[in-house]
Formats: sequence, C-alpha cells, structure tokens
Amino acid sequence: MRTFLTLLGRELKSYFYSPIAYVVIFFFLIATGFNFYAGVMFLNRSDAEITVVEASFNTVLFWFPFILIFPLITMRTYADEFRMGTFEMVTTAPVQDWQVVLAKFTGAFGFYCMLWAPSFSYFVAFQLISGKEAAMAAGAYGGSYLLLALLGMFYCSIGCLASSLSTEQVNAAVMTFACIFAVFLGGLVTFIFNVTNPALRDLISYVSAIEHMADFTRGIIDSRPIIWYLSMTALVLFVNFQVFQYRKWKA
Amino acid sequence: MIKVENLTKRFAGITAINNLNFEVERGEIVGFLGPNGAGKSTTMKILTSYLPATSGRATIAGYDVFEQSLEARKHIGYLPENTPLYQDMRVNEYLRYRASLKHVPSSKVKERVGDVIELCNLREVQRKLISALSKGYRQRVGLADALVSDPDLLILDEPTIGLDPNQIRQVREVIKNLAQKRTVLISTHILPEVEIMCSRVIVIHKGQIRASDTAENLLRNHRAAGSMRLEASTGTDDARSMLAQVPGVKDVTEEKDGEYGIFQLRLEANTDPREEVMRLAGNRQWNVRELLRRRATLEDVFVELTHSDS
Ligand SMILES: Nc1ncnc2c1ncn2[C@@H]1O[C@H](COP(=O)(O)OP(=O)(O)O)[C@@H](O)[C@H]1O
Ligand SMILES: [Mg+2]
Repeated sequence: MRTFLTLLGRELKSYFYSPIAYVVIFFFLIATGFNFYAGVMFLNRSDAEITVVEASFNTVLFWFPFILIFPLITMRTYADEFRMGTFEMVTTAPVQDWQVVLAKFTGAFGFYCMLWAPSFSYFVAFQLISGKEAAMAAGAYGGSYLLLALLGMFYCSIGCLASSLSTEQVNAAVMTFACIFAVFLGGLVTFIFNVTNPALRDLISYVSAIEHMADFTRGIIDSRPIIWYLSMTALVLFVNFQVFQYRKWKA
Repeated sequence: MIKVENLTKRFAGITAINNLNFEVERGEIVGFLGPNGAGKSTTMKILTSYLPATSGRATIAGYDVFEQSLEARKHIGYLPENTPLYQDMRVNEYLRYRASLKHVPSSKVKERVGDVIELCNLREVQRKLISALSKGYRQRVGLADALVSDPDLLILDEPTIGLDPNQIRQVREVIKNLAQKRTVLISTHILPEVEIMCSRVIVIHKGQIRASDTAENLLRNHRAAGSMRLEASTGTDDARSMLAQVPGVKDVTEEKDGEYGIFQLRLEANTDPREEVMRLAGNRQWNVRELLRRRATLEDVFVELTHSDS
C-alpha cells in the first residue's frame, strides 16, 4: 500500500511540475464557469421545467471542453517515461507492474477530480443566492457527479492506454482524443440517424454518454451505465497493463 | 549472491547473451568487462528483473529473478546505463521518493537520504532540480539512488561513462568506499578501472563468457603476448634474423637510429627471453643501450579475448 501511495504521490505531484497543469486548470475553470453562466441565462429566458444542474451539463458547451481535457491530463503518463527511460529505475525497485499502472490511472483520475471540485461551489452558491434548489433533489447532484466520475474513469483509462502505446506525448494526445471522440459519437448515432432496429437502439443508448448524462442530471440513477463504465475501465486498464509489460520487456 | 545458469536472451533476430553461467560470491567486487554490444547491459537488466530471459535462470540471494522477482529486487541497488532520472524533481525529493519505493522505513528515510547525500558528495546540489545538474552530478544521484536502501548487492552499469577524468576519479572513490561491505557487479569497458577496483573480472564477448578470473591470473595465464624492445648497434650483423631465431620470439621489426638499430620483438605467451637476447648480444659484441620487456597488460588480454573472430 505504501508503495502504491508513493507512486501515486509522484504522479499527482508531477502534474504540478509542468505548466500544462495550470493551463488546463485555468481553461477548465473558465469553461465550466461560463457553462454554468450559460445554464443560468438559459433558465432565465425559458420556462422549461429543468434545473440548473441539468442545464449546465447537457450542452455542447459542456461536452466540448470536457472531451478535450482527457488527452491533456493523460498524454504524459507513459509516453514521457518511455521516452526518458525512467521505467527502468521505477520497475527495478521492489514495485509491481500493476501498482505502476494503477498509480498512473489513479493519478490521472485524481487530477481530474481536482478539476471538478470548484464547480460544486457554483451550484451551492446558486442555491444560496436564488433560494431555488440547484437540482431537483439531492439525487440529481449525486447523479451528476457520479456520472462525471464514471465518465472520467473510463476516459482517463483510455488516455492512459493511448499514452502507454506512445513515445511522444503528442501522439498520445491525438490518439486519446480520437478514441474518446469516437466513443462519444457512437452514442450520438440515434440523434443523427433514424435507427429503426430496436435492439441496436437499446445498445446505443446503453453506451451513450449523452443519454446517461440526461438521465443522471435528472436524478435518474441507473445501474446499467454504472456497470458499463466500471467494466470498460477495468477492461481498458487490463489492456493497458499488458501493453505496459510488453513494451517494458521489449525495451 | 548472484547465480546465473544457462542464461540466454534473444531479441528479434539477435542473441544478446548465449548460455551464460557464472556466480558472484557475497563480498566480491566483480568487473563485468566486454566491448560495446557484448551483452553486459542485457545481463544486468535480467538480473534486476527488468527484462525476462529467453531461457535459463538467475537467482539473487537465492531468489529467482523471475519467479520471486520482488524479493530478489529488495536486495539490489541498480544503476542503469545512462542513469535515467526524473528530471522534474529535486535531488533530495527524488532520493526520498526512491527510499520510500524501496521500502526504507518511513522513520529512517530522512537519515538514509542524508547519508547517501553525504557519501556521494551531493550536499551542495541537494535542493536543485535534477534537470539542472551536470552529467557527473546526475551520475552521483544515480549512485545515491542505488545506495539509498543500503542493499547487499550493487549492480552498476557503466557508472563512469561520459564523465571527465576528475568526475571519474570521484565516482571511483565513492564506489571503492562503499564496496567494503557489499557485493558489487560493475560493468565497464575501461580497463584501469577494473584493475583498480575489482577482485575478479568476467570478460564477456558476443554474449559469451571468455574468461572469469582475477586480473593477475588473467595476465599470468593468458595467451596475450608481451613484447620486448632492444636498442643496440649491431655492426654488420643481420641482427634481425638472429633475434628472430631466439626461442620465444615471434617476429622482429627493425628501425634505424643512426648507428643503432631499434628492434621490436613480439614474444610468445609466457616467455621471457631476455637472458638469451643478452647472451646473443654478448657473443656478437653488440653495444646494447636499452633492453626493455613490456608485460602483457589487461588491455592485451582484453583485445586477445574479444578479438572478433577468436
Ligand atoms: N531492445 C533490444 N532489441 C534488440 N536488440 C537489442 C536490444 N537491447 C540490446 N540489443 C542487442 O543485444 C546486444 C547486447 O547489447 P547490450 O547488452 O546493450 O551490450 P553492452 O551493454 O555490453 O554494450 C547488442 O547486439 C544489442 O544490439
Ligand atoms: Mg551496455
């Protein structure tokens, strides 16, 4: 456990050694802040029966910066160490490979969670100032942040995998973006085309991040997406682990 | 401490090491000697569990490096070739991180890091970023890292490569000091280093062991030939062919220096025909102004052993 925490500590700290972290934090705060502002404005103009949480998380303005942060968070994780050769000293210490893989993933996910922490205060402030509930029920808060966490896990694991396949950060970033974008588009198919096959429709909505978000921000917490994201994360991390060992052994 | 049996490693198309067998006893300082590409780093990477072997096995302190790799690694302090370090950390921060990865008890981390900083003369740079250090300092940070858990076994891959002569001396000093109670396997292709530091030499070439002995024994027993230099005025004699007939002399070259001839005699292994040469000179009444025998050096032995087609 101590070994894992030591590795994790280095991962988390390493985000703040590089200027990219601060750039990401800065733009992410602007994007989510603006997004929240847009959500509030939207509610002012319309009389739709939705909450500010729902309004904030279900727009293009939300999804675009959201997808963009994962390549930035994860691109460094493995690519840089493969390039510098530092895995040789990491893995010849009494450390197990799965601890390295989990620490990298947890570090990326931890940084992602830190990005979201301030946004929580927007809704608290909204509630205090307007006297209205920001979400219809506590469940909508919980649901929104739960889904953000699940999506974050899945997308971080994709980013880690892409980075473990790269030696240049840029390649890792492009690959991550392409993969997440593809996964995300997959869930949009029903919005674009008229899918008539009911089985296919079900399948698509089973994996559609947008539909999950629409449900969870309304407080409808379904166990199927939870299982979907957790198992996909585990699967991607497993592949990540295999790739890591393979590349290390080939070195 | 180290036991290697029939160890083989193949990369796509290349056999980097081929059926290696050797042992290193506790307390020995063994020089692992061989030209570039001989397979030194590959062997060390297998010993430290970084690479899996294709076949054969190796144990560290009785633990198999593949099956019980975690236990084996606890005994090792390893300095990889080219000393990869986290550039974005400070020296003391990096060493604390390494100490804690290597299971140094939390309460001891500070003390151990202080000790290795002292030992490797890193005190004045301990708060600097590693990326800002010179090559010599980085090498010493790598050494400090290898030492921080106070391991029984040090595996050092070319610790002095790329350093200037002063830095080489400093690093050698450090290694010599710390070798006293440890087992050390150190790879190098710098020969004086081996003669100064090592109690035994393993010569490896093209993935195979060519010799394993003390430097003295290698010199004494090896086929590497010595040479002799004679400066004498030999009048009208055909001194060259006369010298060539002395038993133990392989061949002779001659240069003129005024009245004197300078003869270079290549000798067969383990021969010392100085007396015969002096007798010949006396009989022929040559004026000898110099007779010098050059012993085979470790370098000669090394060249002989690792000559491409030998
Ligand atoms: N990852 C690798 N892939 C393919 N060949 C390799 C790899 N690493 C080393 N080799 C080859 O194995 C041989 C031994 O290399 P190495 O152990 O680094 O030699 P040394 O350290 O003695 O200079 C060389 O021919 C080298 O080209
Ligand atoms: Mg080498």
